[in-house]
Amino acid sequence: MAKQIEVSGLDAYYGAHKAIEDITMTIEPRTVTAFIGPSGCGKSTFLRTLNRMHEVIPGARVEGKVRLEEQDLYGPDVDPVSVRRTIGMVFQRPNPFPTMSIYDNVAAGLRLNGRFSRSELDGIVESSLKGANLWNEVKDRLHKPGSGLSGGQQQRLCIARAIAVRPQVLLMDEPCSALDPISTLAIEDLISSLKTDYTIVIVTHNMQQAARVSDKTAFFNLAGQGQPGKLIEMDDTSRIFTNPGMKATEDYITGRFG
Amino acid sequence: MTTVQTGIQPISTGRRVKDRIVQMLVYLAFAIAVVPLLSVLWLVVKNGIGRFDLEFLTHSMRNIGARDAGGGAYHAIIGTLEQVLLASLIAVPIGLLTAVYLVEYGPGGRLARWISFFVDVMTGVPSVVSGLFVLAFWVLALGMPFSGFAGAMALSILMMPVVVRSAEEMLRLVPNDLREAAYALGVPKWRTIVKVVLPTAFTGILTGVMLAVARVAGETAPLLLTVFFTDSINNDPFNGPQMGLPLYVFDQAGRPTDTAIDRAWTGALTLILIVMLLNLVARLIAWWRSPAKRGS
Ligand SMILES: Nc1ncnc2c1ncn2[C@@H]1O[C@H](COP(=O)(O)OP(=O)(O)O)[C@@H](O)[C@H]1O
Ligand SMILES: [Mg+2]
Repeated sequence: MAKQIEVSGLDAYYGAHKAIEDITMTIEPRTVTAFIGPSGCGKSTFLRTLNRMHEVIPGARVEGKVRLEEQDLYGPDVDPVSVRRTIGMVFQRPNPFPTMSIYDNVAAGLRLNGRFSRSELDGIVESSLKGANLWNEVKDRLHKPGSGLSGGQQQRLCIARAIAVRPQVLLMDEPCSALDPISTLAIEDLISSLKTDYTIVIVTHNMQQAARVSDKTAFFNLAGQGQPGKLIEMDDTSRIFTNPGMKATEDYITGRFG
Repeated sequence: MTTVQTGIQPISTGRRVKDRIVQMLVYLAFAIAVVPLLSVLWLVVKNGIGRFDLEFLTHSMRNIGARDAGGGAYHAIIGTLEQVLLASLIAVPIGLLTAVYLVEYGPGGRLARWISFFVDVMTGVPSVVSGLFVLAFWVLALGMPFSGFAGAMALSILMMPVVVRSAEEMLRLVPNDLREAAYALGVPKWRTIVKVVLPTAFTGILTGVMLAVARVAGETAPLLLTVFFTDSINNDPFNGPQMGLPLYVFDQAGRPTDTAIDRAWTGALTLILIVMLLNLVARLIAWWRSPAKRGS
């Protein structure tokens, strides 16, 4: 299931503003890769270029290459919709569909894309909710609205919804920043268990979180206001946090800026 | 540090008084707004209830002489229901699709700006003018007969901008998060609109449509020029003159006898009841569709 992502020479723009510049990195399958860096350095932007969500914003565009196991995601005849089906995403704020029940939320990606029998759907919904560690909490109220759940449960619902379509990669943009510590812990546990099946990329503002959940860490920084963000370095998480190669990384991790 | 008063104090008398005064003003404004509404309602009910009987609801004015009592508005009720339904069938799909274009596909585009401009222009079109337009275009130029459908077209011109504007507003209220969530699941844009955006905005859109219906149900001028006039029942909105409740009220109120005036009041009461009933149905649908109902 899990696949490798190779990025080379990637720039992303919002209109005329270049938000990130010349990013080259390899994201390994079945690992958790964390993106850290100060606000506005382009972590979210970069994450969204990986499943072609960046271009959803009017005026936004991308230059450079992103390859998923040798396939160029920005190739001329690649359907962005199918890219997003292969590379799922979880957002900063939990965003379950308010008109749908818990069950329908999880089934949404499948239902909106094709035909499935009731029993197939039942099976996938159950396994996705179990995969997101939410099954026990919601199994008795699958047909109640998803908006009735707590923030942490909603976020796990969004994760269940994302994994229900069986993606190969899961992108998470600060998935815990709107959650309480207990929900955060639940999601961190979940990330660790998901990595056996998925390639996971997580943006986080929380250094301890990056250290706890990730295998690799990439540090992004920007030279100044209005300058594009760049990848400063990427390495094993243990190395980044104990013995980083660059001064800026050390300064950021030890809290000297950002 | 300069000295800053930090002690917790009771609300000062000045603020209490101001609070009271503003509260009174708000109540007063509310009363001023409600008094005309209630007095109109009261007048219509008081004068209309007398003839609000089975005969009125089931009979037309056919063979009712100028001085005769009795008679009813059945033909006008049928006409109004058919005309408003047809007008909605024309205006709601076009208006909704226009709003979807403006919100989901158009932003920043030249076409969207032009459409927006013309919708504003349409909002300002006096209702007689829409009737005149249909009269000139449909009846005089194309030689079609006066009919309920011609009236429905005139009404749909009036409905359309109301539907576009209200649906547009409701679609804009749908958080972008939800669209992105659907895209990120690999759902194409058009399906996202159909399955996520429109259902989320459904209740609001329905309310807007009801407002538009209520707005046109009472229009007299465009009907006068398009459905013409009749005292008989005509169930076919595509052929021959029809009646409508506003026309009926207009007609009866202009007659010199007390029995006719009474019929006019009852016609007005019926129209109000129909609009209220439609609103009630819309509320029921909205409530039935809402997640809260299916919830806990
Ligand atoms: N929708 C947008 N339109 C225009 N500029 C944006 C948009 N989103 C982000 N940016 C800009 O791109 C840069 C990177 O932002 P972002 O990727 O959100 O950073 P991060 O997630 O690291 O905080 C910032 O300068 C920000 O102002
Ligand atoms: Mg961000």
